Amino acid sequence: MDSIYILINETYKILFLLIPVLVTVAMIVWLDRRVWAFVQKRRGPNVVGPFGLLQSVADALKYIFKEIIIPASSNKVIFVIAPIITMTLALVSWAVIPFSENLVLADINVGILYLFAVSSLGVYGIIMGGWASNSKYPFLGAIRSAAQMVSYEVSIGVIIINVLLCVGSLNLNDIVLAQQNMWFVVPLFPMFVIFFISALAETNRPPFDLPEAEAELVAGYQTEYSGMMYAMFWLGEYANILLMCAMGSILFLGGWLPPVDSEIFAFIPSPFWLIFKILFLFILFALIKAIVPRYRYDQLMKLGWKIFLPFSLIWVILTAGYLLYFNMLPGQI
Amino acid sequence: MKLGRLLKTVFMIDFLTGLSIAIKEVFKSKKTINYPFEKGQVSPRARGEHALRRYPNGEERCIACKLCEAVCPAQAITIESSEREDGSRKTTRYDIDMLKCIYCGLCEESCPVDAIVQGPNFEFATETREELYYNKEKLLENGDRWENILAANIKADTPYR
Repeated sequence: MDSIYILINETYKILFLLIPVLVTVAMIVWLDRRVWAFVQKRRGPNVVGPFGLLQSVADALKYIFKEIIIPASSNKVIFVIAPIITMTLALVSWAVIPFSENLVLADINVGILYLFAVSSLGVYGIIMGGWASNSKYPFLGAIRSAAQMVSYEVSIGVIIINVLLCVGSLNLNDIVLAQQNMWFVVPLFPMFVIFFISALAETNRPPFDLPEAEAELVAGYQTEYSGMMYAMFWLGEYANILLMCAMGSILFLGGWLPPVDSEIFAFIPSPFWLIFKILFLFILFALIKAIVPRYRYDQLMKLGWKIFLPFSLIWVILTAGYLLYFNMLPGQI
Repeated sequence: MKLGRLLKTVFMIDFLTGLSIAIKEVFKSKKTINYPFEKGQVSPRARGEHALRRYPNGEERCIACKLCEAVCPAQAITIESSEREDGSRKTTRYDIDMLKCIYCGLCEESCPVDAIVQGPNFEFATETREELYYNKEKLLENGDRWENILAANIKADTPYR
């Protein structure tokens, strides 16, 4: 009986996390389009529901009722699995995101490693989709995407080392609590900027949306997909973007901590602070989509390997040296 | 690379300028109209949906001269005519295939009695193809519905004809 009770309890908790995340993903697509439109002085989706908030619901319904076309020459099993993998991996990572000190699905001690590992696996969905389509544009898009994500993961990894040096723990809650006096965005500001740009590349957002550069590759790895399968890629992509925003706010912006430790800010419950920070970062994502032109592929690789990687490595040495010199290494008394 | 350019790149000055402009633009008024609820101006010369007009006494204007049929580059118009009891020639059939039509306005230009005109209505999408094969009843009904605007438009455009 006990095991059934635990099972029901856990399922309830998972649903309590997943449903808000999925709803937020739908809303965030609306927000993205709306911000994009506002920058260009358009109105954006504003007809379905109040302020067009239900636009994503209408889109989802449209996708559900569309026919799923599976190309005859494709590798059908992998073709079908690819979007499922993308979406699952994007949602699985939310398990370790702490919304407050106790409100976390899995409070594991290697939370940041888990997050990093799962977001690295995300490239499999894309490369499988591109390969299984057996068509040239998806294939080129998938290759580009894989190369891009692998390159920028390296610098993200080094940036995470910077933060971990200051924290001394891989637990996400510990990372948040270590920022009680000062958010890491202040001492590690250059790292935050590089993390943000790498996150743009990691999630294939403009200006690094080369895998789906419509002028060259039609729609990249999504070209052969249609209906619900396309929608799952699309959901996974936006869930990944949200995840990257959450990661950025936990690593640098103090996660669920209010900006100043005072009575007034304590009035708002801590999950809301994390949500505010995620939204802030996402609006930056959306604004950047509207203002920047797309990078050339060699420029993208140059930026990742020749500028970000050496710079963040040097910064690791600087941080470590600083902490060692002033005897501030965590875990030391 | 010059030092100034390098500093500009490192501190992303150009990017931040662009971002500040973008944020300013967000709060400015929109340049697009809120289309289904708010419609743009339509010129008197707009070549929209076709209509067959009548004289104020209710008599059809069309005299079945078939100039429009002859001039139509897409051959979208089909006319059949016969003599009526009072000796006047009138159409018995006037079909326009709106799917063939290229909305060039030559039928309106060729019409000696301003019978076939293209009105300001551009929102006549339908759910089936069949609904877009317009016949004489449909065109006359259009004419009756839009007559006020059609007459005003023709009057406004007269000096330029």
